[in-house]
This record gives sequence, C-alpha cells and structure tokens, in this order.
Amino acid sequence: MARQEPKERRCILKFEEVSLIFEEGHPILDRVSFEIWSGETRILLGAAGAGKTVMMKIALGLLRPTNGKVYVFGEDVTGFDERKWFDVRSYIGILFQEGGLFDSLTVEENVAYPLLNQARFMAGGKKPTAESVRPDVQEALNFVELGKTMSKFPSELSGGMRRRVGIARGSVTDPELFLYDSPTAGLDPITANTIITLLIKDRELRNTTTVIITHRFQDGNLLANFRYNPESEKLEKLPAGSPFLERTKFMVMQNGRLVFEGTEAELAISKDPYISKFSMHPATKVS
Amino acid sequence: MLAGRATANIVRRPFYGQDLILQMDAIGVGSLPITVLIGFFSGVIMALQMSRALSQYGATGQVGQITAITLVREMGPVLTALLIAGRNASGIASELGSMKVSEQIDAMRALGTDPVKKLVTPRLLAMCVTLPLLTIIADFVGLIGGYMVAVPLLRLTTGAQYWNNAWRSLEYNDIAQGLLKPFLFAVIIALVGCLYGMRTSGGTQGVGKATTQAVVVASVWIFIVTAVITRIFVNL
Repeated sequence: MARQEPKERRCILKFEEVSLIFEEGHPILDRVSFEIWSGETRILLGAAGAGKTVMMKIALGLLRPTNGKVYVFGEDVTGFDERKWFDVRSYIGILFQEGGLFDSLTVEENVAYPLLNQARFMAGGKKPTAESVRPDVQEALNFVELGKTMSKFPSELSGGMRRRVGIARGSVTDPELFLYDSPTAGLDPITANTIITLLIKDRELRNTTTVIITHRFQDGNLLANFRYNPESEKLEKLPAGSPFLERTKFMVMQNGRLVFEGTEAELAISKDPYISKFSMHPATKVS
Repeated sequence: MLAGRATANIVRRPFYGQDLILQMDAIGVGSLPITVLIGFFSGVIMALQMSRALSQYGATGQVGQITAITLVREMGPVLTALLIAGRNASGIASELGSMKVSEQIDAMRALGTDPVKKLVTPRLLAMCVTLPLLTIIADFVGLIGGYMVAVPLLRLTTGAQYWNNAWRSLEYNDIAQGLLKPFLFAVIIALVGCLYGMRTSGGTQGVGKATTQAVVVASVWIFIVTAVITRIFVNL
C-alpha cells in the first residue's frame, strides 16, 4: 500500500496569479499564487465565501480561471479541455464536503467506482471487474475501519462514516494529490479527530500531498504537529525542531485573496485581526 | 453539443458496456409488458373502428390491410414513442436531475470519468436499439389485436384473408418509415431526457420541473418529427 518516497521533490500544484471573475469588477479569486511540493500538507483556512472551495475546484479543473496559470504535477493545465482533465483528475483524490457518494450505489460500488471507470485502469483493453478490484476495495475500506460496510448504501451510514467512505474512494487509486473539502464540517469533535487521524495516516503511509479546507484550527494543529506511528498505530507528537514540522503550511483566504501563507508558528504570531481569528493566539482571538 | 459529445463517445475508450446492458434492460425489457398491452389494444380499437366504417362500403375484408398500414406507418411508432417518453424520458430526467442537484455529476467529473460518456451515451445507444424493437413488437401484437376483433369476435373476414391482406398491403416505403421513425424518436427521447436532467437546478422542485418538461418537450418533438417524416415519405 505504501508508495515509495520519491527521489526528487517536485511541484505538485502551482497557482500563478490565478483570478476568477464571474461578474465584472467582482473577483471570486484575486491573483492567487502559491506552490505545493510533493509530500507537503496545506491547511486552507478562511471565512465562508472567501474562495477556498473555488480554489479547489480550479485545481480540479471543475472551474476555469479567468486569468493566470495553473500547473498540476508540473504540467500547465490552464488550457486543458474536459477530456484532458479526466486523465489529470484520475491522479487526484477528492473528498467532498458531504462525501459526494453515489446514493444508488453500495459502499463497495462507490469505492470501486474509480477503479472500474477511470480510463487509466483500462489500458491495453483489459477492463477491471468488480471481482478483480474487490481486494483493493476491501483494503481501502479496512484502512478507514469500515471493512464490514461493503453492502450498505450511503443513506444507511452516519455523516462521519460517509466521509470515511469518501476517503476510501479517494485513496483507492493511490493518488499523488488528495484534496479534502471541509472533511470535519458538521461533525462532533470525536468523529472529527478520527477523520483527521485517517488523513494523517494516509499522508504518512502513502506520502500523499494533501490540501485540506477546514474551519477548525484544531485540524491544522493536529496535522502540523503529529505523525502516525505504524507500529503503535497511534498518533504521536513531533519533537521540537523536527523537519516534518515544516511540511505542513497554512494558507488563509479573505475575499478571494490569499492573505497568509506560512507555518503554524508564523500564523500564531500574526497581528492581522482577520488572520489571527484562525489561530490560537489568545490576545487577538475574537469570539 | 450534447448529441455530438454523446455520439462521439460511442467510438472513444473506455467503453461502459455494462451500463449499456443495464439501460437496455431498463428501457427495453422494462417497457415490454406495457408496450405489448398498448400495442394489442391499439390493434383492437383500430379494427373495431374500421369495422364500422368499412361495413358501410361492404369492404370489411380490408380490415387487415388498414390495420397493418395504420399501425406500421404511424400508430405503432408514435404510440410506442409516447409511451416510452412518458416512462423513460421522465425516468432519465429525474435520475440525472437528482444526481445533478446532489452534486453527484460533479463528483463523477472529479473522479476522472466523463458524465456524458457514463450517463448519456449508454442511454442514447440503449434507446436507439430498443425503441425500434419495441415498435416492431407493438406493430405485431397490434395486428394480433386486430385479428382477434376481425376474425373470432366480429367475423368480418377469414384469418387467412386478414393476414394475407395485412402482409400484402405493406410496401418497402411503409416498413422504412415504420423503422426510421422509432429510431429518430429514440434519439429525441434519450437526448431530451438527458439534457433536461443534466441541466436541472433548484433542488427537488427543479427535479420535478425537469421531469415534466422532458416529457412535454419529447412528446411535442415526436409529433413534429412524425409529421415531417410522413410528409417526406408521402412524396416518395
């Protein structure tokens, strides 16, 4: 299951002065630039309507930017048509806010969906079958501790379980980049922590580059300061000065603009009234 | 654009053969009982109506001929298409519409699969294969319905004369338009159902609206197309 550590770091996702304007004079995304390198984790924070989900949709090619350039896996995908995007997307894992599961398919069929339908798994005319992909599906569901729910329908699962099935569906293809849209929104703290633990586990075991939209600072804090120990199968705190602390960076969006990019420590010392709302800085935190 | 993309996808990899079989089962096999029923009774009604009119001219022996021509040229294709529009254009629009409003179509795109290829192309192909077949079945069962009225019930003619007249009255022109029409109706029903489904907005109310619009628009186009095709074939 674990992917080999790449020999060279490479740029997985790059935005270059990307803007999206639906109406004249009102940009949804305003000249956003950033780079995410392999193995990194990005926590995307911001108020509702700040442009976080729009940014994720542009990274997935579901929306086309008005200006600027987007690079995915080092390739300029700005001008790609829908057909070219299908191939790019098959290397990206995605978890939608509510899981985005197909309600008429069982859990097993949902998780098997990318393996059975993506063109890259049908190379050479050999089409995978439900039987041939079942071991991979079972493994992905075991990973999210839902191995016994194969025959259930999404409507029979709780909100947290649906997100975990979504994680299994996104990770079953072993993507290089995994985008999570508010994976803990609306969940109780215990379930939210279980989801974040799974994200950390996925990041550690597969070396997946991870982008997470969240409103909870605790999610970012866990992702920045903890690693998964496969021997004890538990999270453990990273020691001070660990190079792994630098892997996780925070970005804050405000009215379509990227107003902060840096580590947790840099976020904590920010004096900006808006940015500090997303940190644990006690002096400036506004309730 | 939808028609172009759906048609181009027929020859592009990957092929979703299982989806095609599932749709042929849902549209073809699923519609068979109601098609047989409607086909049979349209033949029965045709023969009953014609028996009265033909008896005035002493030509009751021609009931097989009239039933065959009317069924094969017009009633079979149109009635079957209207039935399938009511049953399947609505089904397609509501299914795709529900997927659209619950963002499952976006999820499909995000998972690297083409919703047009996965959802529209199999439905279009399945409809194009099954609707002409259903029409042929409806025509045949309708002729049996006409026979039941004309021979055992009203004794207007003999069985041999009924079938002989029915068979001999049909020309290549009739067969051609009887098969061309259901093929064109199939394209209309599948594309209208998919189009209204895939552009649904406005939640559950939007799904209901899309479903109603799909049936109405498909039915109107069926009548327009049958009028145009009939006009063309009348001159041939």
